[in-house]
Amino acid sequence: MHKTTLEKANSAESMFSVSALNVKNKKTQKLYSVLFLMMTLLLILPVLVILGTLIVKGGSMISIDFLFTDPVNGMTEGGVFPALLGTVWLVSLALLVSVPLGIAAAIYLSEYASDNWFTRIINLAIINLAGVPSIVHALFGLGAFVMFFGFGTSILAASLTLAIMTLPVVIVSTRESLQAVPHAFREACWNMGATRWQTIRRVVLPNAVSGILTGVILEVSRTTGETAPIMFTGAAFFLPFLPQGIFDQTMALSLHLFVVSTQVPNVPEALPYAVALVLIGMVLLMNSVSIALRMYLRGQKKW
Amino acid sequence: MNTAHDYAITTEKLNLWYGSFQALFDIDLNIRNGMITSLIGPSGCGKSTFLRSVNRINERLGYVRIDGKINVQEQNIYAEKVELVQVRKQIGMVFQRPNPLPVSIKENILFGHKLHVKDKKYSAADYNDIVEKSLRQVLLWDKVKDSLDQKATALSLEEQQKLCIARLLPVKPNILLMDEPCSALDPKGTAAVEELIWELRGEYSILLVTHNMAQARRASEECIFMLMGKVIEHKETSDLFVTPDKKETADYIEGRYG
Repeated sequence: MHKTTLEKANSAESMFSVSALNVKNKKTQKLYSVLFLMMTLLLILPVLVILGTLIVKGGSMISIDFLFTDPVNGMTEGGVFPALLGTVWLVSLALLVSVPLGIAAAIYLSEYASDNWFTRIINLAIINLAGVPSIVHALFGLGAFVMFFGFGTSILAASLTLAIMTLPVVIVSTRESLQAVPHAFREACWNMGATRWQTIRRVVLPNAVSGILTGVILEVSRTTGETAPIMFTGAAFFLPFLPQGIFDQTMALSLHLFVVSTQVPNVPEALPYAVALVLIGMVLLMNSVSIALRMYLRGQKKW
Repeated sequence: MNTAHDYAITTEKLNLWYGSFQALFDIDLNIRNGMITSLIGPSGCGKSTFLRSVNRINERLGYVRIDGKINVQEQNIYAEKVELVQVRKQIGMVFQRPNPLPVSIKENILFGHKLHVKDKKYSAADYNDIVEKSLRQVLLWDKVKDSLDQKATALSLEEQQKLCIARLLPVKPNILLMDEPCSALDPKGTAAVEELIWELRGEYSILLVTHNMAQARRASEECIFMLMGKVIEHKETSDLFVTPDKKETADYIEGRYG
């Protein structure tokens, strides 16, 4: 039997109207989007609470003087200058080692190496190196640099330990930014008879540099906060003088924070918060520089 | 009658495998000097693979195995003593998607040239000459002569593709390989690039892979039909489309498969 025209029109109308199942699916969809929004907000919450607490409790102590004077009176008064300077020493020296090494390794892995068991083992090693706990790196640094190479507990030994610890970060981020450069650029170069190095030097690196820099700066911010690796290898509890060279020990912000918050009696309540604020301020500053730089360099290129 | 010297590319029993998959079977081809030869056939028939083995760009994949010979200007480019850089210099390639480098128009043109010249000093005027000459050859000069320092990636696709062809010319190649050079372009752009390809014949031997049978018919002098990794037929374009010898060819150009 055929339906009448009228019946057809009616059924067509109901065909496009809301069904119970539609309503239910829509509700579920809404529920999940709200749920995930909550998760995201939950993620930001600790950051805000940490920053807020630090500023409220330690903000009053921060001043130019605090940054540029020595701690006095059993570290219960004065500033953080030796620790700040020590951190700058450690981080710069660590960078000086890990950046060239890491970028070279990443270039090899991304541009030269073919995919075989050897490079797969290297990749596996890099991933594992990134997963090694920092205290293990500390012990390695102690054994290798302090004792075996005889650098003693020194800035050099601590920086090398930090460098090894952050090497995987540099390698992975560099390799990713190299691989983000479109393959068509490489093909274009090869087809004009460019060697791999000419291709890398003239086309790949200039286009990957923003990503590489971002990775490096993120590494800086991570290195700044590390405590365990430098504790055994070169950072001192307290030093009455500034380091004169890379074979001296030094104070460092992260260790100083640990010390004033747990090891020294009669510290004013605000002091550890102020030290933490300086430390986190340094890291945030680095990150903002990294973001600004990335935005600037991204604006420069178009493809 | 043709002598051997009239051929830009000749192949002898060329077989090619990707891993364990054989993509080319016993390819014997004689591709004539200074002509536009088009390669047609359905997807996966090996036409791009063949093109890419002519300048050895396939090797980058690592798992490609080749046996047989490809002679370019009577020399086997797979011989042991062959320098890859020289092969690439002699045999330029144009890709499906225009791939200008993200630098200025001028630097794009000079890129290949600068790669290969180390000992000789060039003045700014020499460079300008090279740029003008190359761009004139691809019929792009009048359009971009006032914006040579602009990013090449800002050009239209048609202009980018012309630039990619122009970029090959300063290193003085003999052969241009084109892998579906118009498939990213609109009909106007296609017509313009086809016109350019037609202009370049004679001076260069051009091997043109295309999906577009009408294009092969319009823009080539000889035509090769490939199917499942084999060459089915190779003759003058006008002949191939009117009186194909093989049934497969006839069925393909009539659109019965592909």
